[in-house]
Amino acid sequence: MRSPAQNGGRRLTRRGLLGGAAGLAGAAAGGSVKADSLLDVPPRGPGAPLSATSERSRYVHLARTPESTPGMRPVDPSVAINSKAPIDKLVGSITPTDLHYERSHSGVPDIDPAQHRLLVHGMVKQQLVFSMDDLRAMPTLSRVAFLECTGNGWENWKTASPDVTVQNTHGLISTNEWTGVPLSYVIDLIGVDPRSTWMLAEGGDGSAVARSIPLTDEIIAEGILAYGQNGEPLRPAHGFPLRLFLPGFEGNLNIKWLRRLKFGDRPFMTRWETARYTQLQADGHARQFQLRQDVNSVITSPSGMMQIRPGYNRITGLAWSGHGRIDRVEISTDGAKSWREAQLAGPKLPKAQTRFQADWVWDGKPTKIVSRSTDDKKQVQPDRAAFIARTGTNALFHYNAQQTWAIDQDGKVRNVLQ
Amino acid sequence: MSFNSTLAFGIAALLCCSDSATAAEFGRPATAEEIKAWNIDVAPDGTGLPDGQGDVARGRQVFEDNCSACHGAKGEGGFADRLAGGRGSLATDHPVKTVGSFWPYATTLFDYVRRAMPYPAPQTLSDDDTYAVVAYILNLNDIVPADAVLDRSSLPRVKMPNRDGLVPDREFSVITNSRQHQGRKP
Ligand code: HEC
Repeated sequence: MRSPAQNGGRRLTRRGLLGGAAGLAGAAAGGSVKADSLLDVPPRGPGAPLSATSERSRYVHLARTPESTPGMRPVDPSVAINSKAPIDKLVGSITPTDLHYERSHSGVPDIDPAQHRLLVHGMVKQQLVFSMDDLRAMPTLSRVAFLECTGNGWENWKTASPDVTVQNTHGLISTNEWTGVPLSYVIDLIGVDPRSTWMLAEGGDGSAVARSIPLTDEIIAEGILAYGQNGEPLRPAHGFPLRLFLPGFEGNLNIKWLRRLKFGDRPFMTRWETARYTQLQADGHARQFQLRQDVNSVITSPSGMMQIRPGYNRITGLAWSGHGRIDRVEISTDGAKSWREAQLAGPKLPKAQTRFQADWVWDGKPTKIVSRSTDDKKQVQPDRAAFIARTGTNALFHYNAQQTWAIDQDGKVRNVLQ
Repeated sequence: MSFNSTLAFGIAALLCCSDSATAAEFGRPATAEEIKAWNIDVAPDGTGLPDGQGDVARGRQVFEDNCSACHGAKGEGGFADRLAGGRGSLATDHPVKTVGSFWPYATTLFDYVRRAMPYPAPQTLSDDDTYAVVAYILNLNDIVPADAVLDRSSLPRVKMPNRDGLVPDREFSVITNSRQHQGRKP
């Protein structure tokens, strides 16, 4: 393998010539030297040996950011409560498995699948224990869908820090392909009493996270007892060996390290649906069982802490809705005064992130850019003023107001409320 | 093929091939003993509460030995959440959500402490000590008196200050599905 030093002399010369041209929006992994003439492109040669698993290029730097409560970052991973996906650096709509956002309430348990069991009981004909072999032998279903923590966006409830990236504001969402046993199959198999309307799902983590799942037709039809993620077994951080996956519903319902399903006829009122994941409104009441992730979108480039230059800039971002498919994304480059339709690039799957893009020529004057999405149920992402007027600023979870990025005369992009 | 038709096709294929499967082919019956060991949730009406009892004085000791290092000597918070106070703050710009100001059910406190606390060693407190530490936290919040003794019959009767503070969303306040109708006798 050729060492990088072999071309060092030429690189140094080039770097000297190029001066300060780095730092543009979208320049994924900075630091590499430009090759303006084809004669500067390094010569070919034999490459590294093949390997059992492939690593990212050493020129690409992608990582999540472990965070604590809003505004506390970065934090030591041992006290982090979530880890946000670098959506400013991702392309397309699928999140690489190792970068899928992470959230847990008592760390990541180390579970031997041979010793993992799922107990199904309560209002059922047969109270059964399944092993992972049992579950893997059942019929399977795969589905590409987003998963979103209800805390996504919580940075901006009261104030907007100017020094945050879109990873900080919106990194608690990811899209993967999930594979497992259809929930409906297990419900039929064990003979769930038709009068059962709620199911408790409980994890094998240290805090035994447990949530009541309403047994609507939609959830019965779309729920998955998932053991696969992007073609391989779940990663431990995402629930290995088994998790519940409910497309479109708040992250915390998608119980990881799943080891118990109990069928009943009312909600169980666990801590995670009373003390947490309920949304305090301005009048002091809290919304409970606000389980669906609402229509949402964010421009990921240009976005917080990037810098752009006058002239052509491509705007791109991600849109999603727990109601269904994204039908339309509009963007504004004049602070929400006028809007035009962005192009939806790539697959438009229901309850999955959809990539959007739009051409834009920046005239160099300070402005604000915003996106707003509409789904196939005609839900429109609200502007911040309307959203806050309705909700107040104390809800902590389920923030889906439009995200505004301000651009100053130097092209610096900053997080603002609106 | 559109995603929806792919999905529909997948489900149809599944139905056609799976009707011969019975529960007997997958899994094994759970024993009563296993269910008892794993069935740890406690409902607002007290279903799931174990035998045993605990009082505030014992609870203070349990709390100092197992909880105060993270939650503060009187539950005022520290490394981990504040557990007491905050009454009257929910409609202000700085709401303080604690067991006393926000939790609607005392049974949830028993359920949560039993399943998840103390954080480094969950499910190690005895049932008596769990009742006791729950009594202590409720007393710190002026919800039960200093001489309170809690057990499976008294705990569900504790009325929490924010009992009516949570409003279920309309979409999930009454759950119906087509299976209910299938099950109904004509
Ligand atoms: C090592 C630190 C630690 C110890 C010791 C500890 N806890 Fe906790 N406790 C936590 C953490 C961290 C959380 C938050 C977990 C989460 O967010 O899911 C928590 C959450 C709680 C909550 C929920 C607070 C809320 O508002 O949702 C209660 C109640 C609680 N603990 C009670 C106890 C009791 C009772 C004990 C002793 C038996 C105890 N804790 C011991 C760290 C600790």
